[in-house]
Amino acid sequence: MAATETYPDQLRYHAEHDWARIEGDEATLGITWFAQDSLGELVHFEPPAQGSTVAKDSSYGEVESVKAVSELISPLSGEIIAINQKVVEAPETVNEDPYEEGWLVRIRLSDSGEADSLLDAAAYKQILEEQ
Amino acid sequence: MKLIYEKSERGRRASSLPRPDLPRGDVPESLRRTRPPRLPELSEPELVRHFTALADRTFGVDTGFYPLGSCTMKHNPRVNERIVALPGFRDLHPLQEEAASQGALELMWRLQEILGEIVGLPAVSLQPAAGSQGELTGLLLMHAYFADRGEDQQRREIVIPDTAHGTNPASVTMAGYEVVGIKTDRRGNVDLDDLRGKVGPRTAGLMLTNPSTLGLFDEGIEEITRIFHDAGALMYYDGANLNAICGISRPGDFGFDIVHFNLHKTFSQPHGGGGPGGGPIAVRERLEPFLPVPAVVRDGDLFRLDYERPKSIGKVRGFCGPFGVFVRSYAYIRSFGPGLKEMSEVAVLNANYLLARLKDAYELPFDRLCMHEFVLSGRRLKREHGVTTLDVAKRLMDYGFHPPTIYFPLIVPEALMIEPTETEPQETLDAFANAMLEIAREAAEQPELLKEAPHVRPVKRLDEVRAAKRPVVRYGFGEGDEPQAEGTPGEVRQLEAQKGA
Amino acid sequence: MSFLSLTEQDREQMLETIGVDSVDELFEQIPAAVRLGRPLQLEPALSEPELVAHLTELASRNADTGREISFLGAGIYDHYVPAVVDAVLARGEFLTAYTPYQPEMSQGVLQAIFEYQTAICELTGMDVSNASGYDGTTVAADACYVAKHATGRSKVVLAETLNPQVRQVVKTYAPGFGLDVVEVGHRDGTIDPDELQAAAADAACVIFQQPNFFGCLEPAPDLAAAAGRAGALAVAHVDPVSLGVLEAPGTYGCALAIGEGQSAGNYQSYGGPHYGFLAARSEFIRRMPGRISGETVDSEGERGFVLTLQTREQHIRREKATSNITTNQTLLALAGLVHLSWLGPQGLRELGETCLALSRHAQGRLSEAGLELVFPKKTTFKEFAVRVGRPAKEAIRDARSAGVHPGYALGRDYPGLDDAVLVAVTEKRTIEEIDRLVEVLTA
Repeated sequence: MAATETYPDQLRYHAEHDWARIEGDEATLGITWFAQDSLGELVHFEPPAQGSTVAKDSSYGEVESVKAVSELISPLSGEIIAINQKVVEAPETVNEDPYEEGWLVRIRLSDSGEADSLLDAAAYKQILEEQ
Repeated sequence: MKLIYEKSERGRRASSLPRPDLPRGDVPESLRRTRPPRLPELSEPELVRHFTALADRTFGVDTGFYPLGSCTMKHNPRVNERIVALPGFRDLHPLQEEAASQGALELMWRLQEILGEIVGLPAVSLQPAAGSQGELTGLLLMHAYFADRGEDQQRREIVIPDTAHGTNPASVTMAGYEVVGIKTDRRGNVDLDDLRGKVGPRTAGLMLTNPSTLGLFDEGIEEITRIFHDAGALMYYDGANLNAICGISRPGDFGFDIVHFNLHKTFSQPHGGGGPGGGPIAVRERLEPFLPVPAVVRDGDLFRLDYERPKSIGKVRGFCGPFGVFVRSYAYIRSFGPGLKEMSEVAVLNANYLLARLKDAYELPFDRLCMHEFVLSGRRLKREHGVTTLDVAKRLMDYGFHPPTIYFPLIVPEALMIEPTETEPQETLDAFANAMLEIAREAAEQPELLKEAPHVRPVKRLDEVRAAKRPVVRYGFGEGDEPQAEGTPGEVRQLEAQKGA
Repeated sequence: MSFLSLTEQDREQMLETIGVDSVDELFEQIPAAVRLGRPLQLEPALSEPELVAHLTELASRNADTGREISFLGAGIYDHYVPAVVDAVLARGEFLTAYTPYQPEMSQGVLQAIFEYQTAICELTGMDVSNASGYDGTTVAADACYVAKHATGRSKVVLAETLNPQVRQVVKTYAPGFGLDVVEVGHRDGTIDPDELQAAAADAACVIFQQPNFFGCLEPAPDLAAAAGRAGALAVAHVDPVSLGVLEAPGTYGCALAIGEGQSAGNYQSYGGPHYGFLAARSEFIRRMPGRISGETVDSEGERGFVLTLQTREQHIRREKATSNITTNQTLLALAGLVHLSWLGPQGLRELGETCLALSRHAQGRLSEAGLELVFPKKTTFKEFAVRVGRPAKEAIRDARSAGVHPGYALGRDYPGLDDAVLVAVTEKRTIEEIDRLVEVLTA
């Protein structure tokens, strides 16, 4: 089902197991391989409303598996400009491909300086080892 | 097995009702029922067979060993069922005149006195409908107490250990408080250093179970009490594990200000497949004015309901609470008298015996004698043989036992939480221990037996992911609620099974 | 002690296996300073025969509905509980099973809950029901919680004709939930839809009762529409045994339907235990508190049932749970399912018609005898309010000494009604008993 454990180098990470792909003044957000593995097969994605704002380090939605609910913590602040309908309809997409098909939302950044405080792949992997 | 709706046949009926010789009453057309509800249409013989078949597919304490941790699945005395069916209890209306309800009022008053003596606190309300409602009531009491002292705005936090049952933080949120978590140390006690840093002027109180969900009595309880009382905060005792200490130690004596009881755990109210329960609370004198209304009081030789309680938090449930539950618990306690102490002693003996038999084959995270329950970890089996605690639980079913609680408390990986209770004979404990040892051997030699368990129940392992992803929570009466076939043999078979089973 | 199974020999063997000399050693982890050190001050143990004698004596000092002709209602009713309900509840498997967290061990309970959920949905015209709440009062608090989270609003509007205890429980839960509770007064025994609409501006929900506490039929579809115009969810608190003759709330625009289940399958039992029911439209399923049994398949494709959407519940969500409820009222809800299955749709309709016919007859006879109905212009179901020409409490005491309990003294809950009694007439009452009622009230 799930892909093998990877943490792509071109992404930035948040200690709460969320990732961001930053492209200019927009970013795509999702959850890491570790997060989907801990939760198990996802059964539900509760997305935020299109156009709503999200703040760095705060919750923008939820994903659920049979045994757990997890808040989605945003690594960056911005406005929600797109929601991945595919995950809404088939939440298990996140388990199969957490970084590409399984993206959750896209935001327009409100403060591009925030990216500096995020972890790179090596630093995030370090956190996982210490868990 | 078919649903009762699938056995229904138009025109069949079990009921017979009186039909008085009167003109038919009617309701205005705008309010009248248009389509009748599709309730089952069966004769009485068919009804009885259906529910008998359902009972046959259910495992209760009456069926066998049921060692769920912190649930106290003890034997439920049959005499209590006879007593609760006495018309004077069963057919008594809650709004009957007090003079004509003295038996009920006296029973409740006596039960209050008894419960207060068991925990060492003077004032009791029987009203809450279950343990978690008792928790909410206790928190509302805390709030009312601090509001009365002008401290409610300042004190917004409740401290809860990481071993707490999930109802504790949920109740905290429902009461409008914030949760502050504290860690457990390596002896299985509350981490006092962590605690000291988190208790202060913003603290309303502590919620603690003692013994904890690890089955361990907190060795630092006196210091914990000092820390909270010095900060002007209150201590709430979750009584889920009271079965370990009746007659031996009392939460009121070791510092708690509010205690809730679980009548369906410690005091033999049958679990009923998920209820009813009873969650009375006992409190210190200074919290008494805030208790729910009405209070059951004694006035000389008479027993009354007192509604004049201006500081009461109000009402958490209808009438005086689940009276039928009180009858059973009262009868249960009256059949022990001070011998309740022996109930707890044997509960603790049985648990320690099982612990001694199992601790080598499984991992024991906290190397101490336990109280009425203990927690093992299946971590070694997972690491060495790839079998999980879930697999062990499902395989126990094949041996004729209900599994213990699994994956709780959260701080123990692959947890198995085992509470035998005092009503089990030694032979049953040995049979369970032998099965657990056998399963540990199977894990090494034939792990697929565990992974594909259970083999002998009415169903094999059930797909919980599917149930959560595409919830089907009522019968569809064939109106387009058929699940989508997805091309795999399992799903196709399921459609056929649904139609014919 | 007959509930403990160990012999002396067993104990010795077990202590040896554990590696201690006495049971006292097992308790050494309890600090000496907090040990009780004396026997509990409880009366000595009673043997089983003595226990039964003592409890029988207590029960004998209660005037149950077998000992007088009872017209007492006000939320709990003297309906007939069929023998098959007792028979099913006596099965030890149902009685002594736990909440079905291990579904393979509990298919019987899970299927029964699924069937119960279906029955409640059918009665109320809703898509989803939970496995039960504590009683008819707490489900109102639950409904407010659902409405608050669904709408983001914190005001809730309660009809004054909603059972006083239900309103009191909602108000007790309100501060913790962050709710603002507002009441709408009645106009001659029912709620005016325009007044409701005005009160419901910015409200999360409105809760009205059908039939209401006075037994009157509310203009329920108009009340639901009024709530809708104000942007609030309509919640109907309904009597399950009225739903064979009264329209289902789901059909006239309600978002949620709640109520006290006691009339369907439970004895009065001095107020409990009973069961509350809560049902809703499908869009609220993930916000519903309580257990839900869901259908699935096993590894061989056979149909089975499991507790589903457990992530709403406290054991997974903890402080974010939709409710803290664990133990609910399964056994009593099972009784409800058995009763509703015994009735069937025909029986349920007949039951409603019989209650209607008898209570209309009682109203007519009392009117003829010169007693004034409190709300003569309103249509009622199985209860009605009548003025007895003197303080109701006195009238009740005197009637009881003649073997009749005429009903509930409304003055306790409503101003200006100290001389009014709420009379409930169920299918257990007869024309002769109604004659007796008229006699004692006009004596």
